[in-house]
Amino acid sequence: MDFVSILSIFVLACFVGYYVVWSVTPALHTPLMAVTNAISSVIVVGALVASAAPGSPLSKWLGLGAVMLASINIFGGFAVTARMLAMYKKKDKPASRETK
Amino acid sequence: MEAHAVNPWVAIAYLIAGICFILALRGLSSPATSRRGNRYGMAGMAIAVVTTLLTHVPLTAPSTPAGIEHAGLLFDFATLSEILAAIAIGAVIGLTTARKIQMTAMPQLVAAFHSLVGLAAVLVGVAAFYNPAAFGILEAGGLDILKGSRIEMGLGVAIGAITFSGSVIAFAKLNGNMSGAPILLPARHAINLAALLAIIVLVSLFHGDTPHLFWGIVALSFVIGFLLIIPIGGADMPVVVSMLNSYSGWAAAAMGFTLHNTAMIVTGALVGSSGAILSYIMCRAMNRSFISVIAGGFGAENGASGGEAKEQRPWKRGSAEDAAFLMQEAENVIIIPGYGMAVAQAQHVLREMADLLKKHGVNVKYAIHPVAGRMPGHMNVLLAEANVPYDEVFELEDINGEFAQCDVAFIIGANDVVNPAARTDKTSPIYGMPVFDVEKAKTIFFVKRSMGGVGYAGVDNDVFYMDQTMMLLADAKKMVEDINKALAD
Repeated sequence: MDFVSILSIFVLACFVGYYVVWSVTPALHTPLMAVTNAISSVIVVGALVASAAPGSPLSKWLGLGAVMLASINIFGGFAVTARMLAMYKKKDKPASRETK
Repeated sequence: MEAHAVNPWVAIAYLIAGICFILALRGLSSPATSRRGNRYGMAGMAIAVVTTLLTHVPLTAPSTPAGIEHAGLLFDFATLSEILAAIAIGAVIGLTTARKIQMTAMPQLVAAFHSLVGLAAVLVGVAAFYNPAAFGILEAGGLDILKGSRIEMGLGVAIGAITFSGSVIAFAKLNGNMSGAPILLPARHAINLAALLAIIVLVSLFHGDTPHLFWGIVALSFVIGFLLIIPIGGADMPVVVSMLNSYSGWAAAAMGFTLHNTAMIVTGALVGSSGAILSYIMCRAMNRSFISVIAGGFGAENGASGGEAKEQRPWKRGSAEDAAFLMQEAENVIIIPGYGMAVAQAQHVLREMADLLKKHGVNVKYAIHPVAGRMPGHMNVLLAEANVPYDEVFELEDINGEFAQCDVAFIIGANDVVNPAARTDKTSPIYGMPVFDVEKAKTIFFVKRSMGGVGYAGVDNDVFYMDQTMMLLADAKKMVEDINKALAD
């Protein structure tokens, strides 16, 4: 992919982000931050590339370190978001109706 | 560029991951769809990780970067197991933290998580610097890193490092390891600007054979992240946490440019705009410009002037029994919780109070100001934790018209967000901030620890001295427990 097509994806994604985030209800802004935090750990892709590549032991260990840090974030971020979202309940709805 | 000529299925897999992340955020438009959204997010992450593992663990890679030989290797189980071990360690730490964390500590946790994303971005950038071939960013001759990739990488590392050190400071301030008071260095704006310019110059100058310049970017960025956050006061932390959220996204996007990876670019853009929008919402709710928040110092200058030299004005003290009696006779009660409620951990007893009132046929609603708490939406999570149904919780603009029909406004741990000076007093530091019209309520109960402390902005509040106001001076949790006892009798 050349730079211009990547830039196009980026700019369009910014617009998508803008409209999607404005539609998030203010009551869920804290889970929004937690989940954006979890998905920004997609940086793990770069970390995996570095740890899987032969050629430089230094890069490999830095990559493995980054894989570990990003994994904390991925698992922690999604889990804490799920924990928060499970608490949002409607009036007079039995707890059994809620998905876990 | 050869390494980027990947299998189209791989590119499509990353695209699908990106779409899953968009759907994850879309799901948060209502609590009902939010849990499904979160699962989309997990699915997207799983797709991205598995795709990367399949394409990059040695010899399953369809495209071999030039200059690297791994003929003779079959399938590198050693590498794979090291990676899986790193993921497993992260998973255990992450899951344990997520399970144990208190909801009141959510702002600290999010700040800590941001710092990890920032640090991971720095590590990835450094790894790419020392092994550019693996990332497919070597020039045709194989001697230097491609110019465009150098800039993307340099920016990614710089933003990552700023996110890391900034988030560490934000964490320390939110967690109480460090005073929330602004720390103001002389000439701090000049220092920050100079450091920022130096980073830009270094990013444009460094090459594959100039590691000292590259490390200069890392070091300067760590310092600037630290300097940017120390002058910002504790109550402005919602803006800071949102801003760092945004930075962590831009760092991921910059790395996505380096790797030509759609999933990273889309995510980076989503997270970047999300954080930026949240910062904007927080600033608007305080009627302050983003620049003035980032410049810092709020609370330092005002705290000194507003705290004293106020003439004694008469005010009425109420008791738990008064509050219980008047509220159970009321038709409509609006509860306005603030950060003080979170500090006193009074959310559970508060919900019990609402339940008792409902038994007396009282209509109870909660009113939440956008800046209540220490991060956007923090108060909503705390109330949700205490089993308050989310359809009893209202935002400022949705409920502000109802105070005129409301018998009792019950203010607990909030102050600046109910201060009419924001509407009337042009000299007030909070002038222009949208506030609740509590003074329209027939009776106001104001739960507060003492008359001494004024709100974070350091301004006196006329609501204390109104005819219909009764001050309930005690620890928030203790006071509500006493009210509950009186209500139960």
